[in-house]
Amino acid sequence: MKRSPLARLWPNATAVVLFIGFAFPVYWMFTTAFKPTSDVISEDPVWFPTSATLDHFQKALDAKNFWTLVGNSLTVTLSAVALSLVIALLAAFSLARMRFKGRRGFLVTFMIAQMAPWEVLVIAIYMLVRDGDMLNSLLPLTLFYMVMVLPFTILTLRAYVAAIPKELEESAMVDGCTRPQAFVRVIFPLLAPGLMATSLFGFITAWNEFPLVLILNKDPEAQTLPLWLSSFQTAFGDDWGATMAAASLFAIPILVLFLFLQRKAVGGLTSGAVKG
Amino acid sequence: MSVATERQDPGPAAAGVRRSGEPPGPRRPAPGTPGRGRLTGAAPYLLLLPALVATVLLLGWPLVKDGLLSFQNLNMRQLIQHLTEWNGVDNYRETLTSEDFWRVTLRSVIFTAVNVVLIMLLGTLVGLLLARLGSKMRLLLSVGLVLAWAMPPIAGTTVFQWLFAARFGVVNWVLDALGWHSMAHYNWTGSQFSTFFIITLLIVWQSIPFVAINLYAATTTIPGELYEAAALDGAGTWKSFTSVTFPFLKPFLLATTFLEVIWVFKAFTQVFAINEGGPDRLTETLPVYAFIEGVGNQHYGMGAAISLLTIAVLLALTSYYLRIVLRQEEDEL
Repeated sequence: MKRSPLARLWPNATAVVLFIGFAFPVYWMFTTAFKPTSDVISEDPVWFPTSATLDHFQKALDAKNFWTLVGNSLTVTLSAVALSLVIALLAAFSLARMRFKGRRGFLVTFMIAQMAPWEVLVIAIYMLVRDGDMLNSLLPLTLFYMVMVLPFTILTLRAYVAAIPKELEESAMVDGCTRPQAFVRVIFPLLAPGLMATSLFGFITAWNEFPLVLILNKDPEAQTLPLWLSSFQTAFGDDWGATMAAASLFAIPILVLFLFLQRKAVGGLTSGAVKG
Repeated sequence: MSVATERQDPGPAAAGVRRSGEPPGPRRPAPGTPGRGRLTGAAPYLLLLPALVATVLLLGWPLVKDGLLSFQNLNMRQLIQHLTEWNGVDNYRETLTSEDFWRVTLRSVIFTAVNVVLIMLLGTLVGLLLARLGSKMRLLLSVGLVLAWAMPPIAGTTVFQWLFAARFGVVNWVLDALGWHSMAHYNWTGSQFSTFFIITLLIVWQSIPFVAINLYAATTTIPGELYEAAALDGAGTWKSFTSVTFPFLKPFLLATTFLEVIWVFKAFTQVFAINEGGPDRLTETLPVYAFIEGVGNQHYGMGAAISLLTIAVLLALTSYYLRIVLRQEEDEL
C-alpha cells in the first residue's frame, strides 16, 4: 500500500520533533562543554556555538584524583566483567547442555537473583564490608559488581549456547575431541558475539554503579567516576561548562559502547531478563 | 534491524535441544542406572558451583545480614563499640506505625505507577511510529532514542540539572520566551512537585527508548499474512491493531511493564542525585528513604527494617507477573 505524501507528513514531522526531544539533552551537554564561559552564562542561550574551547575539559581533567579514579573505575569494571564471564560461561554451559535434577530450580534462582534489590541492600553490605575491614577498598566493589551482572550474563549466555546446534559438538567429539576440547574449539568461537554483548552490558552496569560505591568508599582516592561526577557538580556548582565537560568525559565511553551494542541490546535484554 | 530474530531464537532452539537430549518416558534411564560415569553426574553441579557460591555469598549473605540487622538496635554508638543489641520487632513496629513510612510508601507507589504508565504508553506509541516510518526517518529517530538510552543515569541527571538550572537554564529561558515570565528564574528543586516533575521527565526520557526500540523489533516479527487476512475480513487500521498487533505484542508488553516496575521502583541514582531526596525529604522514595534513615541518620537497624519492607512492597507490586513467569517456567523448561 503506497501512502500519499500528505499522509506521510504527520509521522515524519512527529519523528523530527521526537528526535529533537530525545537528542537535545545530549547535544546540550556536549555543546556546553565546548562553549566559552561567556556563551554558557549568556542571558540568551547560544543554540549553535560558533567558537569552541577546551578549557572546561582541562578543568575537569585537572580535578584532584581524576586519573586515579579513572584507574579505579577501569580496574573494578574490567575485573568484575572478566570474572563474571568466566563463572557465567561454566554455568551457562551446564544449564544449556546438560540434563540434571534441579536444573529448573537453578534457572529460577538466577532469574530471581536478576531482580536483586541492590539499592536497598546497601546497609547490610556496608556492615559486612566494614566488619571485614574492607571499606575504601576496590576488592568488595569488584566482587559485588561481578555478582550484580552475573545472573544476566548466565541467562543470556545460556540462550546463546542453546542456540548452537548440539550436532556441532557431537561431530567434534566423534572426530576425537573430548567434551571440553569440543567446547573450546567449536562452541567458544561461535559464542563470541554473545560474549561481546553480555560483557558490554556488564561493563555499562558496573561503570554506572552509584549507591554502593557511595556508601562503601568515602576515601576520595578509592572512589569511582560516578561519585567524581556527582561531587564535581556539587563542588563546581554553577560552573556548568566544566560540569558538562565532566559529564561528557564520563558518558563518552558508554555512548561509544552503545553504538556497537545497540543491535544486540534489542531483544536480548528482554529475553535474558525475563525468559532466560 | 536484525535484532528481532535473536529474540526469537533461544526459544525454538532450546526446545530442540530438549527434544534431542531428553527422550520421552520409557526410554529415559531410571535414576542410578549404570552407564553414566560419576563425573558426568557431578559435572553440571560442578560447573554451576562458582556461580552459586558467588551468588549465595555476595547476595544471599547481605540479605540474611539485612534480616538480622532489622531485629537489632543498631545506631552510631553500637556501631562504634561493636555492640549487638537485639530488640525484637521494635524496628518493624516503629516503622509500620510511623506516618512517614506510609507516606513514603504511598509516594513510591504513585511515583512508580505514573512513570511506568507514561513509559509504556509513550514507548508503545513511539515504537509503533518507528514501524510506520520510512527507513531514513526511522534511522534518525533511532539515533535520538539510542542517545537517550545510552546516557549513564548519573550523567543524565547532571545534564537535567543544567537544563533546569534556575539561572541560565535553557528550560526557564524557553518558558520565559513563550510568555510565562514568572518562570524566568524558577527554582525547580525548590518544591516537591517540580522536583518530581524533573525526575519523572528524566526517567521517562531514559526509559522510552528501551520500550520503543524493542517494541518496534517485535512488530517486525508479526507475520504479514495476519494483516492480509484481517484486511480481507474488512478490518480498518484500528481493528487490525486491536485484533492482530496488540494480541501479538501482549506478552512483550507484559514482560516490559514488569521490568519497568522493578527498575522505576528501585531507581536510586536519579532520585538521590537530583536533590538528595529534598526539599525537606519530600521526594524520598522507599530506597532513598531506607538509605537516608539507615546511613544518613545512622539508624542502621531501622534502615535494614525499612529495606526489607521495601523488598516486600516490590514483591507485592510484581507478584501478579512473577506468578505467571514461574508457572510458565514450570510448563516450559
